[in-house]
Amino acid sequence: MPCVSSDGKPTTSGMAVLKSLKNGTLSPEEIAHKTGQPLFRVRSGLRELKNAGFVEETEDKYGLSKTGETAIQ
Amino acid sequence: MTEVQKEEIGFPILGQKAPDFEAVTTQGTLRLSDYKGMWLVLFSHPADFTPVCTTEFMAFSEIYDELKKRNVELLGLSVDSVSSHIAWIRNCEEKMGVKIPFPIIADLNKEVAKKYGMIHPEQSKTETVRCVFIIDPESKIRAMLYYPLTTGRNMNEILRLIDALQTTDKYKVATPANWKPGEPVVVPAPATIEQAEERLKEGYECKDWYLCKKKLPES
Repeated sequence: MPCVSSDGKPTTSGMAVLKSLKNGTLSPEEIAHKTGQPLFRVRSGLRELKNAGFVEETEDKYGLSKTGETAIQ
Repeated sequence: MTEVQKEEIGFPILGQKAPDFEAVTTQGTLRLSDYKGMWLVLFSHPADFTPVCTTEFMAFSEIYDELKKRNVELLGLSVDSVSSHIAWIRNCEEKMGVKIPFPIIADLNKEVAKKYGMIHPEQSKTETVRCVFIIDPESKIRAMLYYPLTTGRNMNEILRLIDALQTTDKYKVATPANWKPGEPVVVPAPATIEQAEERLKEGYECKDWYLCKKKLPES
C-alpha cells in the first residue's frame, strides 16, 4: 500500500483488492483472507480506494464502483 | 518545566483507550482503528540510521513471525520523514540482510509522539525515547515500557509480556515474576474469608491462602 498512486491509479496492492471484489461485495476481513494482505493494510487501502471512487461501502461490505469495474478490465 | 513543555507531554494510562491517530507511514496512511480486533505493539525509536535503533529494528523483525502467531502487529515510529524511513529500511536490507516487514510512522510534527508521551526532554528535546505500547484488540493500553536512548529493548521480554497478557485474558489469572508460558499461574487473590478457606480445598499449589498457583490445561 498505498492502494492509490499519486496519479490517481490503483497500485499493484490496490488492484489486488479491486480484483478480489470482482464477484461481489466482501468485508475487509474477507478481502484480507482472499488477497493475503494484512487486515490493517486492507482497511487503510479500502479507505483510499473509496476516496478515489474505485469502491463503494454498504453496511461494512465493499464492492466495485463503475470506476472500479473499469479499472480491472 | 515550562507551561509549554507541560502542555506537550501526554501520557496514556493503563486500561484506558489508546490515543487515536491517523499517521503517514511507510505503508500508507494508517489509523489506530485499522488495528481493531488484533493486538498492536506500537513502539518508538529515537532516529533512523543510528546504531542502537538499527539493532532493535533487526531484532523486532526477527520476532515478527512470532508476533503474527499471537495475532500481534508491529508499528514503529520516529520523528523522521518517510523518505528517511525508506532509505533506512533499504539500508537494513542491503547491508544487514534484514527485511523490515512492518510499517513505520513518520511523525515529523510529533503529533503521535506527544499523545503517547514519547518525548522526554531530559533524554532529548527532539527525539522520541524507546517506548513500547501494547494495545489490545479493543484498542486499550495494556502495558507500557519506556527505555532511555542508551538502552536497547529486550524482545524476549516483549514476547513474554504479550504471552502473559493473553494468558490473563484467556484464563482470568495473573502471572508471577519471571513467568514463562507453560509455567504455573497465580490464582487471583480471594476477596472474602469464605473464598480464602475454599481455595485451600481446590487442589491448587498454595503457599498460603493468598498465594496459590495452578497449572493451565494446555501447559
